[in-house]
Amino acid sequence: MDIFLQQIINGLTTGSVYAIVALGYTMVYGVIQLINFAHGEVVMIGAMVAFTVITALVGAGLPLPPIVLVFAGVLTAVPVCMAIGYLLERVAYRPLRHAPRLAPLITAIGMSIILQHLALLIWGRDPRAFPQIMEVTSFNLGGAAISSVQIVIILLSVVMMGVLTWFVYRTRFGIAIRASAEDVRVAALMGVDANRVIAATFIIGAAMGAVAGVMYGTYYGIAHYTMGFTLGLKAFSAAVLGGIGNLAGAMLGGILLGLVEALGAGYIGDLTDLCQWPVFGGLLAERCEADGHVILLGSNYQDVFAFLVLILVLVFRPSGLLGERVAERA
Amino acid sequence: MSVLLEALSVGKRFGGVQALKDVSLTIRAQEIYGLIGPNGAGKTTFFNVLTGLYTRDSGDVLLAGAPLPLGSPHLVARAGIARTFQNIRLFGNMTALENVMVGRHVRTRIGMFGAILRTRSQREEEAAIRRRAEELLHYVGIAHRANDLARHLAYGDQRRLEIARALATEPKLLALDEPAAGMNATETGALRQLILGLRADGLTVLLIEHDVKLVMGLCDRVAVLDYGEKIAEDVPEVVQKDAKVIEAYLGGNVGDSST
Repeated sequence: MDIFLQQIINGLTTGSVYAIVALGYTMVYGVIQLINFAHGEVVMIGAMVAFTVITALVGAGLPLPPIVLVFAGVLTAVPVCMAIGYLLERVAYRPLRHAPRLAPLITAIGMSIILQHLALLIWGRDPRAFPQIMEVTSFNLGGAAISSVQIVIILLSVVMMGVLTWFVYRTRFGIAIRASAEDVRVAALMGVDANRVIAATFIIGAAMGAVAGVMYGTYYGIAHYTMGFTLGLKAFSAAVLGGIGNLAGAMLGGILLGLVEALGAGYIGDLTDLCQWPVFGGLLAERCEADGHVILLGSNYQDVFAFLVLILVLVFRPSGLLGERVAERA
Repeated sequence: MSVLLEALSVGKRFGGVQALKDVSLTIRAQEIYGLIGPNGAGKTTFFNVLTGLYTRDSGDVLLAGAPLPLGSPHLVARAGIARTFQNIRLFGNMTALENVMVGRHVRTRIGMFGAILRTRSQREEEAAIRRRAEELLHYVGIAHRANDLARHLAYGDQRRLEIARALATEPKLLALDEPAAGMNATETGALRQLILGLRADGLTVLLIEHDVKLVMGLCDRVAVLDYGEKIAEDVPEVVQKDAKVIEAYLGGNVGDSST
């Protein structure tokens, strides 16, 4: 099996999910400069709701084809998450619209904790296994395996990114969103209702987040009330990597982050195998002969890469890959 | 002539500074009305209160007899006041055409779901918005730059684009905040023609301007603000000779007249 190609495929899959989640962060940030830390939790709730619906339908024993089950799950998760996204904006952030920036940021963290514990109350603390309703088929692609789930995730993500781009650049509501992102007060003077635009960014982000949650849950076969935290932080890192506030940046950042993470996880074991370094050869000779390998850092360190990337970006290019250098507005 | 806008004892305070103090003025329909005064007199503050960017502390503003929903910019825009800015505030990363299309939001019902679902009436409305935006660009004379990013336009064209964007909201009153700032004599002359054309087409214009020659030559009536108070309001010929106005501009310290 070709490890490199395999990790590229895996990276593209998780990267697509990161990109979709990152779009939720970046859209909201673009318009109101708020990092909606509760977005990861919205994604988690999307996965949980879909999981509940699918499990219930399977339990009911109806002879439905798997695709219908998943579809029903997604169709329930999306409106639920849209409602949560709207409520977050309406209840938690709008009253603080003109408060110092730290206040809504702390509120976002608070909302994240509240949603997480709400999920804990509803779904319990044990990880829920996503029902295995589909037979996952794998295809051989140049020595690497790509599963049907991976194909669907990548394709669906590309479609969502395409639709979002079309919406933002080609429709007049999209024009209103971009105008508000550039100057929300002037946009208001031109008759754009800032509240509607801001609510829309939350709702759109949440809808895509719900789909991302279902994709993530299906891919790893598991859903847990804390899954939104790491996923959210990684997607946020992706948004920063691409340049927060920039749509193309979030997509690029998500994919890149997924690739870095997958390749890192794929090679870190080999690179930190101490037996290949002569320095340690003598020291660990006994263990090396017995096992062949003494691996310092295994693939479970994969989470480190996302945040390593975040740190490097913040140090060397704080505005992100596609972000413009922000000049202070007069 | 009928009264279009009536400001009644408008007051605005920033901390210890009384930026506007009981400012009352009356703008008649189809008038070109000038608002002048030394730097810091409160002209822009008045604009910001009028267009809903600032909430006022006291007083009221009536537009065609109805109270303005002050403090809510998009409702003020809907009521019929549009403005431009002293320091141009276009949407720089959007095309000239898109900038004007944003202005059409006031007069159309925007819906996120409608925009996604693209019903027939949605598509027709969107086409109408685009057509109207193109007409307005043509009207202000920059139709050939329609698809250029706003920040790539020449300075004078940016000022024109701001006016086109404001016109897209179909205002009753167009408020121009120092439209001639930074313009050379030729550009100022062209601007003058544009403003006269707007009035000929039925619009009422409120003009803040430092170029006294332009104001005196263009405006039907002029109000003078000084330290947040209105000290004169009349036709240019009278205002020019007003003792208080001369004092405010040339005052005790002639060297300080930065206007």
